[in-house]
Amino acid sequence: MSFEPRESRATMPRQSPWKGYQLAISLILPSLILLGGIILYPILNNFFISFFRYDLTMPWSRPFVGLGNYIDMFKNREFLASVGRAAYFTAVSVSLEVVLGLLIALFLNQKFRGQAFLKTLIILPWAVPTVVSAIMWKWIYDANYGALNGILLQLGFIEKYQPWLTRPLTAMNLIIMADVWHQTPFVVFIFLAALSTIPAPLYEAAKVDGAGVVNAFFKITLPLMKPAFLIVLVIRTMEAFRIFDIIYVITGGGPANATQVVTYYTYVETFRYLHLGNGAAQSFVVSLFIMLLSIVYIKLLNAKVEY
Amino acid sequence: MNRPGQNMNRQSRRKARNAMRSAAIFVAGLALFIAIVAPYAWLVISSISHASELTSVPPHWIPHRPTLEKFIQMFTPDIRGISETAAMFKYAMLNSAIVAIFVTIITLIAASLAAYAFARLTFPGRDQLLLGIVAVRMLPAISIMIALYVTLTKLGLLDTKLGLVLLYLSFTLPFAIWIMTGFFKTIPVELEEAARIDGASRLGALFHIVLPLSAPGLVSTGIFVFMASWDEFFYPLIFTSTYLAKPVPVAITEFAGRHAIDYPAMAAGGVLASIPPLVLAFIFQRYIISGLTAGGVKG
Repeated sequence: MSFEPRESRATMPRQSPWKGYQLAISLILPSLILLGGIILYPILNNFFISFFRYDLTMPWSRPFVGLGNYIDMFKNREFLASVGRAAYFTAVSVSLEVVLGLLIALFLNQKFRGQAFLKTLIILPWAVPTVVSAIMWKWIYDANYGALNGILLQLGFIEKYQPWLTRPLTAMNLIIMADVWHQTPFVVFIFLAALSTIPAPLYEAAKVDGAGVVNAFFKITLPLMKPAFLIVLVIRTMEAFRIFDIIYVITGGGPANATQVVTYYTYVETFRYLHLGNGAAQSFVVSLFIMLLSIVYIKLLNAKVEY
Repeated sequence: MNRPGQNMNRQSRRKARNAMRSAAIFVAGLALFIAIVAPYAWLVISSISHASELTSVPPHWIPHRPTLEKFIQMFTPDIRGISETAAMFKYAMLNSAIVAIFVTIITLIAASLAAYAFARLTFPGRDQLLLGIVAVRMLPAISIMIALYVTLTKLGLLDTKLGLVLLYLSFTLPFAIWIMTGFFKTIPVELEEAARIDGASRLGALFHIVLPLSAPGLVSTGIFVFMASWDEFFYPLIFTSTYLAKPVPVAITEFAGRHAIDYPAMAAGGVLASIPPLVLAFIFQRYIISGLTAGGVKG
């Protein structure tokens, strides 16, 4: 290591660097203090707790257990199953949202009467608060008085009302439907924005070259929408993997834990059984996984898009 | 030379294709309209129905005797004979509004100062710090919940609106800093330099040039922050227990009592809770969409 640069800098007539940074630091400080207190400190504390057996049911003893909580976690079938359920929820809901979102965006990108009206209206499912959307769907799926039963009965698909949410796989898929209704508009907005940046002359040139509509879609539209796809995929994957609210409201993790995804399991472990050490280890591993995804996301966002 | 018959044939074929296209668009448009509106419309209809009309098999899709009873009850002071949740719902609305407004104001002030530094000033570690702040936004809330619970208990902030304001800042602030840094970068530096030649300080330039020019960005960030605060469920579920602080999303889950659910009241609560975000969304749709596509997330 050489000290030369520092020496040469010192010879230059210059204000002390601190002077230049003073303003920057004082502007950022309020945010940093807040974020340090409500995010950084809790994260570190959480990490620390994860090495102890910290049960609020036994407040008199908090033995250090090293990696014990982490080892327990990977031996715990229920925890691993909850990770699997979160993965199922994420894979199905995100693929449905991307496919439907793309179809709706392509549709709304056409010119027709009522297009502007539908484009405005589509913000509705997204703007309805998550918990309101959840109670709304719970009410629609209701076993005794639900609208889903009413419609299926009137159309002759069922002979009597069905308790939909008591069937494990059905319950999970119905929760996914509720999530798709609430989240697809977000995907539509991102795709519509991406579609509007594709220059029209590209399509005209393709037409002159004799390319059909389908060909133009696969050769022009899809490749140019790649960045939008990546953004949507990563954001929706991260959000779906930590899904909690609608599961809490619609099924409460039931029936027989069939909809207990990983954040719900950690919530129960921490705040119902008060196993803070185990909960801390679980949430740390889940965070790590989501952080890895977020690094991918940031890398992708920073990547330049080439036309 | 074109024979007239061939010409007509081509014309009628084009006509038929156009008719097919309009029919397909009509069907698709109608399906989309129903998918968007029908579930929410059923919530609204349920809120103005009598319980007996909803519990008949099949339910009355159009209520025979619509009523605003549930809404009126919720806003009648000292009313007897309705559930505690329904009677206290107005206070939950007030809690949500107070918390969301304070979170929005604090976030906009702190974030615009920080975002200005990230967008305009150079200092060591700037880009890494910004990336760190963004990365932190992706954390699931549960990972900071345990330590925060212990801290807020010590500070006596459990079940208080101030406690909720602090908690909500943990997800609104990183989001706002990220999105506003982007907005500030789009404002030409030359304008600011001109002002500074005329004798304005850095802060003067921020308040007189940058902030007014990025008003659309401020509006869209503010609306996001407000909506995300209004929407938040997980923090208040754990950190509130009474109507001193309990906000709408938590209150609404409590209509489902131990014995029976008052479906029309629950639906009325849902409709009331969705009015503020829906109004904001439809008025400021353009700002929201530009913010979504710039920053990527709701919160």
